[in-house]
Amino acid sequence: MRHLISLDDLDAADIAGLLSTADHMVEVLGRPQPKVPALRTKTVCSLFFEDSTRTRLSFETAAKRLSAETLTFTASSSSVNKGESLRDTVDTLAAMGVDVFVVRHKTAGLPLSITRWCDARVVNAGDGAHQHPTQGLLDAFTLSRSLGRGNDLSGIRVAMVGDIRHSRVARSTVRALHVLGASVTLVAPASLLPAAFVGAPTVPAGWPVEVSHNLDDLIGDIDVLYLLRMQRERMDNAFISSPGEYSAHFGLTEARLARMKKGSVLMHPGPMNHGIEVAVDLDTLADRGVTNLITRQVTNGIAVRMSVLFTLFGAGSEAIDGQ
Amino acid sequence: MESNNEAACVLPADQVRRAIKRIAHEILENVAGGGREPFVVMGLARGGVWIAEALRDELRNIDGDARVECGSLDVSMYRDDLALRPTLPASVSHVPCSLDGVEVVLVDDVLYTGRTVRAALDALIEYGRPKAVRLAVLVDRGHRELPIRPDFVGKNLPTSALDQVSATPEGVFVSAGSRA
Repeated sequence: MRHLISLDDLDAADIAGLLSTADHMVEVLGRPQPKVPALRTKTVCSLFFEDSTRTRLSFETAAKRLSAETLTFTASSSSVNKGESLRDTVDTLAAMGVDVFVVRHKTAGLPLSITRWCDARVVNAGDGAHQHPTQGLLDAFTLSRSLGRGNDLSGIRVAMVGDIRHSRVARSTVRALHVLGASVTLVAPASLLPAAFVGAPTVPAGWPVEVSHNLDDLIGDIDVLYLLRMQRERMDNAFISSPGEYSAHFGLTEARLARMKKGSVLMHPGPMNHGIEVAVDLDTLADRGVTNLITRQVTNGIAVRMSVLFTLFGAGSEAIDGQ
Repeated sequence: MESNNEAACVLPADQVRRAIKRIAHEILENVAGGGREPFVVMGLARGGVWIAEALRDELRNIDGDARVECGSLDVSMYRDDLALRPTLPASVSHVPCSLDGVEVVLVDDVLYTGRTVRAALDALIEYGRPKAVRLAVLVDRGHRELPIRPDFVGKNLPTSALDQVSATPEGVFVSAGSRA
């Protein structure tokens, strides 16, 4: 693996390998000194043109735990404000000896472009509504490990609820869960499904999912309730009539929580809109027999990103012949 | 890295068992005050793990009071040749107890350049400060690139640097390598 741009570029064995390597990273993170020297000669630069808390800090923590040097570029305090072009910015940073760019940008496809501009490795940390591959991996990892299932989620039923249209998380997580054998149903109003779904008689190619517009049809049968964030910053049109109405139809309410199966789990990629996607007190989930995996998703994010960074350089990436 | 050449068996299964038995006796004579003090046999993932487990069973067989624990160590994140060789996810490290003050016997299947053992020493000290660290290998094939020597050896095996050596419970095999 030279770059990680999209989970569609990886086959089932690649994904299983990344998750198994993440098991090793969990062991490293559990030590008194949670650090290994694997990437001590490498420099990882996070190149974020969109706001982020958890993803950027998670990648930077992962890089530090592998002993890499870390650089942080934030667009708001950079020469981008002086009119420097993206290409020049990347060239400048690459000339400083960056080995890996971790890129987030509002334009789908930008991380792929960067792979053509320089010799550095590129990890996509979210590009537009395209992909967020490490989120997909960490979701698959968190779910399979918390269920004690290894790299196999066959028979597990997932409802992914909310703003699929603007969601790069949905594209990556659906792919990862599907590859491990889970069956995913997208639940959203038609206005929040990707354009290809609208008016289509069947589910569009590339989406291994079923579609429903009614969460109450499924809520009692699913093993996993995966709530997506309402991306209000991307909504320049009236996609929903009001947050309150969205919550009534697609949020986790007390009535829906009461119908969820014992042993089912709740996931959310964060950051959460309290009162919209989640209209219950999360501290009460355990009493209802529902496990809240949201914090574990964040924790596992570090291990999974360590696995990705390590695999970029560790998996015989410059292999010579011989043993 | 399978070779098309016929693999020659240089140590059949019964002799592998005898070699492990002999190493166990030598360990009991030389390590941890004759096994009176606690010590750990630590297999290097993946090839050394089955040998470490066999050694533990044999040690307990010989002396029911031997205070031996068995662990495994994944050294892939400590290698100096990370990008040069495929690192497959081996078994996750398992350290059975604190290593502070206890004697540790590192166990590997084939000792070659010594770089795996160098990485293992770095990995090991993350878990504590052992009283002493010894090295047991089933096969020493030579070609050392570092000042590392084994304390316990099952078989010394002169090889060419191109040969492939594999050590399994079913026997030790050598296939003559060639640059394809």
